[in-house]
Amino acid sequence: MARTRHETRTAAGAGALLAFVLGLAGGVAAEETAADQSEKEIEKYRAMINDPMANPAFLNVDRGEILWKTARGSKNASLETCDLGEGAGKLESAYAKLPRYFKDADKVLDLEQRLLWCMDKIQGADLKEILSRKFSGPGKVSDMEDLVAYIANKSSGMKFSAQVGHPKEQQAYAIGEALFYRRSSIEDFSCATCHGDTGKRIRLQALPDFTKPGKDAQDTMGSWPTYRVSQSQMRTMQHRLWDCYRQMRMPAPEYGSEGITALTLYLTKQADGGEITVPSIKR
Amino acid sequence: MKPLSISVVLAALSFPALAADKVAVPPAEVEAVVQAMFKSALEDWKPRVGQDETQRVCTDTRNNPPDAEAAKIKARELASIAYPEDGNVMGDWKKGEKIAQTGTGGQFSDEPGTVNGGNCYACHQMAAAEVSFGTLGPSLLGYGKLKNFQAAENKLALAKIFNAQSVVACSNMPRFGYHKFLSMDQIKDVTAYLMSPDSPVNK
Ligand code: HEC
Repeated sequence: MARTRHETRTAAGAGALLAFVLGLAGGVAAEETAADQSEKEIEKYRAMINDPMANPAFLNVDRGEILWKTARGSKNASLETCDLGEGAGKLESAYAKLPRYFKDADKVLDLEQRLLWCMDKIQGADLKEILSRKFSGPGKVSDMEDLVAYIANKSSGMKFSAQVGHPKEQQAYAIGEALFYRRSSIEDFSCATCHGDTGKRIRLQALPDFTKPGKDAQDTMGSWPTYRVSQSQMRTMQHRLWDCYRQMRMPAPEYGSEGITALTLYLTKQADGGEITVPSIKR
Repeated sequence: MKPLSISVVLAALSFPALAADKVAVPPAEVEAVVQAMFKSALEDWKPRVGQDETQRVCTDTRNNPPDAEAAKIKARELASIAYPEDGNVMGDWKKGEKIAQTGTGGQFSDEPGTVNGGNCYACHQMAAAEVSFGTLGPSLLGYGKLKNFQAAENKLALAKIFNAQSVVACSNMPRFGYHKFLSMDQIKDVTAYLMSPDSPVNK
């Protein structure tokens, strides 16, 4: 069953639970074995917190729905005619099949790139302004994150169906795989340094293995976008990959670039058949 | 960027290994995607986007270079190693402990002036009391003791930290000295943390 929004949920309820989660994390962090314990404790509460009544990321889902339906931009149009691959305005299962090839753009696009395409073509939106808020922060909401939350949630309960049939999709997948193994920068890291083997950890943080299809990739990809308790923000895979490159000591990757999309397609293929349960909540 | 020849040879070597149903993308196309992905990088960050010869060979062979290539890497990396001028490879193990514990430095999110850490604990067990350690590398608990606290071993440890690939081609361990990610003083301090009889690593 798809976990969808509870109409009865209130923002106040989510806020109260959020305060509880943060309090919990803060309390444990005071002790020496902080990372270990807080991860375990949060794991324990995760099932409970995954309840849409309580996960603050459902506020993003709500905002995303409004953004999708509101007429904006120089063309004063909503996004409701945007085709995310399943047909104009059809949101169910769209996220489960992205990134994918779009004939009109003659490119493989991920959700963010496709949204920007629609905002530009359909709404005549001010992309510069929208991209100045590509990631949320204190006092800064992100339309992109909210829209991703709303649209991804429409695939919650469904399974990833990675699109690698079109030659351009096959090419993007191959580029994504090459990027995954590409070592560079001042610590010689690649994605595979941390995600190239099964059952490894960094400090106490378990690392998913993305070199082969299966559970690690499915559990990971199926749980983004997610509410990051440690960041007090909802985050998307676009942000997660940006954060990985930060840790790899690389410069910040371009938002919605071909490389990020290629990597996302590679990871989605490894997660093929995995169930999507989003937005989730993580440490 | 020097030898193009290596990557061409390796491309030829590694491509037939790909499954028949997979599309082979020429390395130049991948590099074009990489350049576009980091096109806004500041001038002094741009060199990080490219690859040196060792990184390129390790990428093309997915860290499994054929013997001949591995030998070339080890020889090249060995040649990069500098030793302290006074011959003393052991610094202050207490400072070394902090370096082993620190995971910041060199990230675009770091404040200017952030001192780089070696982050050894991200990948290695070291002192018994520190239970928050990673498992990407082998346990180094009691490493100096295991090596009988011999002076020659201390020097080898410094060389390993300076350039891990002088010992293991395409190791996942960063080449701390080669990249100047850690200073010589920092490397000496970490060497002492690893090798000194007084260090908690060897207690
Ligand atoms: C990204 C993970 C990573 C980090 C960070 C790292 N190492 Fe390693 N280290 C490895 C791996 C993997 C090996 C095994 C392969 C090899 O020998 O290079 C290793 C091997 C070693 C060895 C050789 C062990 C033996 O078998 O004799 C030493 C010594 C060592 N590391 C010390 C350090 C020190 C000191 C630091 C911090 C300054 C450090 N490492 C940081 C991954 C790492």
